[in-house]
Amino acid sequence: MAPEDFIALLPLLVTALSSLGVLLLAAFHRDHRFVAVVTSLGLTVACFTLPVAAGVAPRQVTPLLRIDTYALFYAGLILAASLAVTILSYGYLEKQEGQREEFYALLLFATLGAMTLAAASHFAAFFLGLELLSVSLYVLIAYVRTDSRPLEAGIKYLILSGTSSAFLLFGMALIYFQSGTMEFVRTAALAGTAAFPSTVLVGLMLILTGVGFKLALVPFHMWAPDVYQGAPAPVTAFVATVSKGAMVALLLRYFVEIAAFRSEMLWWAMAGIAVLSMFAGNLLALLQDNIKRLLAYSSIAHLGYLLVAFLAAGPLAAEAVTFYLTAYFVTTLGAFGVVSVLSKPGSEAEALDDYRSLFWKQPWLAGVFTIMLLSLAGIPLTAGFIGKFYVIAAGVESSLWVLIVLLVGNSVIGLFYYLRVIVVMAADGRRRVRPADTAQAPQVSYADGLVLAALSGFLFWLGLYPAPLIRLIQTIQRGMIGS
Amino acid sequence: MILVWLIVLLLAAGPVAWMLERRESQWSRWIALGALAIDLVLALILWTEREATVSLSNQGVWLADLSIPWIPRFGITFHLALDGLSLLLVLLTIFLGVTAVAASWTEIRERAGFFYFNLLWVLAGVLGVFLAMDLFLFFVFWEVMLVPMYFLISVWGHEHRVYAAVKFFLFTQAGSLLMLIAILGLTFIHTQQTGVVTFDYQQLLGTTMDQTVALWLMLGFFAAFAVKLPAVPFHAWLPDAHTEAPTGGSVILAGLLLKTGAYGLIRFAVPLFPDAAQAFAPVAMVLGMVGILYGAVLAFAQTDLKRLVAYSSISHLGFVLLGVFSWNAIALEGAVMQMLAHGITTGALFILAGALQERLGTRDMRRMGGLWATVPRFGAITLVFSIASLGLPGSGNFLGEFLVLLGSYRANVLVTVLAALGLVAAVIYSLAIMQRIFHGPAGESWTAPDLSTRDLVTLGAMIAVQVWLGLYPQPVLDTAGQALQNLRGFGEVTVLISRR
Repeated sequence: MAPEDFIALLPLLVTALSSLGVLLLAAFHRDHRFVAVVTSLGLTVACFTLPVAAGVAPRQVTPLLRIDTYALFYAGLILAASLAVTILSYGYLEKQEGQREEFYALLLFATLGAMTLAAASHFAAFFLGLELLSVSLYVLIAYVRTDSRPLEAGIKYLILSGTSSAFLLFGMALIYFQSGTMEFVRTAALAGTAAFPSTVLVGLMLILTGVGFKLALVPFHMWAPDVYQGAPAPVTAFVATVSKGAMVALLLRYFVEIAAFRSEMLWWAMAGIAVLSMFAGNLLALLQDNIKRLLAYSSIAHLGYLLVAFLAAGPLAAEAVTFYLTAYFVTTLGAFGVVSVLSKPGSEAEALDDYRSLFWKQPWLAGVFTIMLLSLAGIPLTAGFIGKFYVIAAGVESSLWVLIVLLVGNSVIGLFYYLRVIVVMAADGRRRVRPADTAQAPQVSYADGLVLAALSGFLFWLGLYPAPLIRLIQTIQRGMIGS
Repeated sequence: MILVWLIVLLLAAGPVAWMLERRESQWSRWIALGALAIDLVLALILWTEREATVSLSNQGVWLADLSIPWIPRFGITFHLALDGLSLLLVLLTIFLGVTAVAASWTEIRERAGFFYFNLLWVLAGVLGVFLAMDLFLFFVFWEVMLVPMYFLISVWGHEHRVYAAVKFFLFTQAGSLLMLIAILGLTFIHTQQTGVVTFDYQQLLGTTMDQTVALWLMLGFFAAFAVKLPAVPFHAWLPDAHTEAPTGGSVILAGLLLKTGAYGLIRFAVPLFPDAAQAFAPVAMVLGMVGILYGAVLAFAQTDLKRLVAYSSISHLGFVLLGVFSWNAIALEGAVMQMLAHGITTGALFILAGALQERLGTRDMRRMGGLWATVPRFGAITLVFSIASLGLPGSGNFLGEFLVLLGSYRANVLVTVLAALGLVAAVIYSLAIMQRIFHGPAGESWTAPDLSTRDLVTLGAMIAVQVWLGLYPQPVLDTAGQALQNLRGFGEVTVLISRR
């Protein structure tokens, strides 16, 4: 390996080293605050190595990884999200009992796995990254062992995730059987420009199943509400953003490289999944009285919207996917951030009733939650609107009228349950505030406040002046397609 | 730049009013009033400057114009522009904004700062809608009106406020998302033809397309505007929202938000798709006629005062729909006049209804009756606006309805004849207001204070404007006329403009 290879890998190396460092620290010097600071520093340094790595990009580092601006953009997104999750976790774990230090090592491992996925150009890297991410998540989800629900969620995730990995492996094996290679580019080349041979098609379908599980797309979504509800709120945020985002990054790269949509059957399969996800996600979310389950179903629906952009496959589509995902990261982190901040020891703020009159008890938190929900609903001035606009534009460009109309109809259904939460928060508006209301509300620490403020800032920045991000995404997309 | 200031001032005053709530809620009210007063002055300066422009030349399309690149990827610009039509509606917005602030001065006691924040942001959104000349920007402002209005209804509204607020939000959002698809579809067709991605109104004008495609896109726009207007059968949200909203909210809903729908039809739906609009015109005119009669009949059947006024709005806005789709000079001028006059009259009636409810604690007219003796000033002022609402000559409403009918007679005789029956129905329900509340035997022995000086000043100003619209409408018609003539449509629009 040439020195440039190491430079290109710097973000991954720094993350790996920090996780080892945290493990050693946990063995010799247990100090929650210190470990959290080291983790944050590691992630920050990894972020700062991104421009350095970009200097040598695009570069194929071994047949496994391709470090280009696309991979680095997603790595940046993943690192930033992990940083936010780390800070939120510190506030959350501080209220919990038990050993907390290993949590951060696992978080860093999961981040490393996610970054590997974003850069993968080979089935081996794909599978390694996925398992690194998943195995860390099994433990992270069940980290709070004083309660039964996290354990249940952890086991559920473990079993279903294991099954889906099996599907994935079988799919890879079939494609390898036909093409004799595991590199993305060469599998595409061997399959020729004509239609896929049926073995490859079955393989792709099986891979889609495995990926669909990770993204919680209908009909592979059964785990999502339980895991979202059971996992500690910061981990839920991680599952909803980093784990899904890395998978989308990989899927987008893989499908573009092998030109997957020359198979109409694959297209229709994904269209079906998209429609089912939108409807099932939104309709089931209507029935929820639990915020975390509601957000779980809403995120199922959002991945359905994302697939619509994916299916458009026009010049705008890849841009739309990346932009939508960025907006989704900011918004979802913000929403779960509020849930996490409001959680008390032993009981998470997940019942709708926990949010009653929040506007008058803690106006700032309620304000942040409101704009996050409005962004999820796609109301202008927020990042979510520009994302939805992008998706609809991509769909219109490819004349997917039916999908677009279904998407719009679903947005209206979605609006209903987001509004429901806002209604509860604004309840009793005309009653005088009692001093007791504000006294019992938990204090928001500076670090948590900073994270939420930063996320709100990003939300408005992307909503009001998205031009810089759009330019950036255009550059990275050109880099990827040119490869 | 003055156009940006109009909007930014309100947007900035909002958070200030909210912050000051902690100190002293009285400050929030004064901040809101002050910001609107400055806006009013700015808008009046614009108008007087315009008078000069008209006498010099009629060449320029925009009286003020501002364009800044915003999202170059999609050719989106921050494009605000003003012509006579926009100017009149901007003036109406700010004037009704002032009255809404005054009307809620004592009604809103809790969280006044947040109330005025929402009020100012709705008004900023409405101003933006009337000024935006980029379809994306227009859509953004269109939605900005929505969220604060939702809060106004759901926090400070009456008994069924949450139900009404959610219904309002869902109806309008469904309509506007259809419009978003139509906007994108139009842009896409334009891009295919010219290779230029743009959302600019003037560049998109005159995009040629297949007749069926044009009809579908036009319907996308029509859906959003018909919900807001509201045209029957998309009106179901209106009686609930208007009734449950606090007074200030009702004034803005009826006076301004409904006008954004009418404005959208005049500015966008017809000029962008003139042929499709012409094909669709008979349907739209019938919808307008049905709205006129349906609204009037249901208004008469109401026992809730605010609900009655709400249904009368459906009836009055039916005339606007009728006028717009007749698309000739007289009908359009009538529609604009009707928009302005209805804004003032209905706004005033909602203020009166709100003030009554504040005093009596009910809006149920069955429990009222014989109130003239108790509150004579109330009675007198309600009488003025009732007869304005029924369209007595000398009021702006009369002029608007008369001009609309005159214009639509040329387009469709049968529909016009049926629509004219609405004038008779209007007399019945308007006089019913007077009869049920102020005359007849006293329902219960009410003792209530009469209108305060603040109310009298507010309502007095509204009477003055109403009478002025009715008796000397020429300056208003001149201001609108040039703008209407510049619009692209399916008929010949030539208006006579007085020269002084």
